[in-house]
Amino acid sequence: MPDDYKPENSKPATSTSRNEGGCPVHDWATDFDVMDEGYTTDPSPIWADLRERCPVAHTTRWGGSWMPTKYEDIQKLANMVPALSSKTVTVIPPDPILREELIAELKRYGTENPPITADPPEHSPFKRLILPFFSPKSVAGYQKMTEDLCNDLLDKIEERKTAGNPMCDGAVEYAQQIPPRVIAYILGIDMARADEFTQWTQELLELGQTDPELRRSARQKIMNFFAEEVAARRVEPRGDVISQLLEAEVEGEKLSDHKVAGICNLLLVAGIDTTWSSIGAAIYHFSTHAEDRHRIAAEPELLPTAVEELLRFYSPVTMARKVTEEIEFQGADMKPGDKVLMTFPAANRDPAVFENPDEVVLDRKQNRHIAFGTGIHRCAGSNLARMELQVALRLWFERFPDFEMACAEGVTWAGGQVKGPRNVPLRLLG
Amino acid sequence: MRIRVNPNLCQGHNRCFSLAPELFEVDDFGLASAVNDGNVPTGMEDKAQLCIDNCPEFAISVVDGSE
Repeated sequence: MPDDYKPENSKPATSTSRNEGGCPVHDWATDFDVMDEGYTTDPSPIWADLRERCPVAHTTRWGGSWMPTKYEDIQKLANMVPALSSKTVTVIPPDPILREELIAELKRYGTENPPITADPPEHSPFKRLILPFFSPKSVAGYQKMTEDLCNDLLDKIEERKTAGNPMCDGAVEYAQQIPPRVIAYILGIDMARADEFTQWTQELLELGQTDPELRRSARQKIMNFFAEEVAARRVEPRGDVISQLLEAEVEGEKLSDHKVAGICNLLLVAGIDTTWSSIGAAIYHFSTHAEDRHRIAAEPELLPTAVEELLRFYSPVTMARKVTEEIEFQGADMKPGDKVLMTFPAANRDPAVFENPDEVVLDRKQNRHIAFGTGIHRCAGSNLARMELQVALRLWFERFPDFEMACAEGVTWAGGQVKGPRNVPLRLLG
Repeated sequence: MRIRVNPNLCQGHNRCFSLAPELFEVDDFGLASAVNDGNVPTGMEDKAQLCIDNCPEFAISVVDGSE
């Protein structure tokens, strides 16, 4: 472990009866903690150490899991389908009560949020069902709306700057505001409730990881919301994505209301936290790296490769898989029921694949990053995320070519399933 | 230079299409194929190489070996 890494500085996570966070990690190979503050802030030295001596780490914390750290291994594991099942994909498993509820729902309705929680052969028809909504052609149709939205947000920040206040929070006032409105627009739900959607998603994916009751209530709120939206469109179709899902057929059969609500739940949740984290991380990066900032301001044509590089470096998403058969992999004895983390962010820092992996190189030429995953569960919304990132950054730089971090201590990172900065205090320059 | 997208490997990331829409087309499910039977116009070889080097599924390759 590098000397500058001090796990004893970690803030304890909320502790319950399970073996979870709270006590310092002594050996990351056998006792890693994905909720450790040091891991959330800068996991790269930990992965580098594990790649050398492990390379698949294990922990009993948070329900127990395996953590691969090499690009090649993560590619292989992500493609071991369905030996590694997607039936449960959460990094921190639900508490027993919620788990019982989920199992009961699974029995009643089959797969809960397809295609993300489905294995072959069920997976493919559901993935094909949602992919056209996020094809490059469809996403081009959402660009104008995204541009208008970004400009409105930038107007507000600029107004305040003109009035003499150059401070703003790039995460709260900008990054966080964009994805919920874009996905609400696409789904055809009320954009005015975007703050609620963000709150539910944050409770479910972020705060709920260490607070089972919050996670349960957030999930309930989202499912109830979509149950109503779906019911309304059964009576009166509106031509939006929800109405189209109600008309769609999978293997010759219409989808139940519950399944449509489950898919909508997935599209909303997956579309918010992840992209918000990526846009926030990009702004954080440019606020703390003057050279890169000046370069993008001078050469905005670099944005397409720069966006991919920032996705590589600040990869937000870690998924999980459940082992369904005995697997011996790189010295790890994986047993049925075990959880394996899809540590895509670790893969993207592997020096065997990326030259100087811990440096951001805005025009990196070789960049086979897997921030959106790999294999059949590749993120269905990757084109949408890429468009949002490019639009958000291009318009930001047109408006505010120069800015800087105002308070490094004020930056807070969410971790676990989705990593991203929740506060990015900035000073706008010029 | 001639390139090919292996349809069995492509998972529809669309990295190639986003870097070089001149060289690829994608269907509604994101699956990519090389336009113009994979023949890369003179002067666009670097861009084609960039796409090869950015595919997360290792699905794009040079087919005739001449560069």
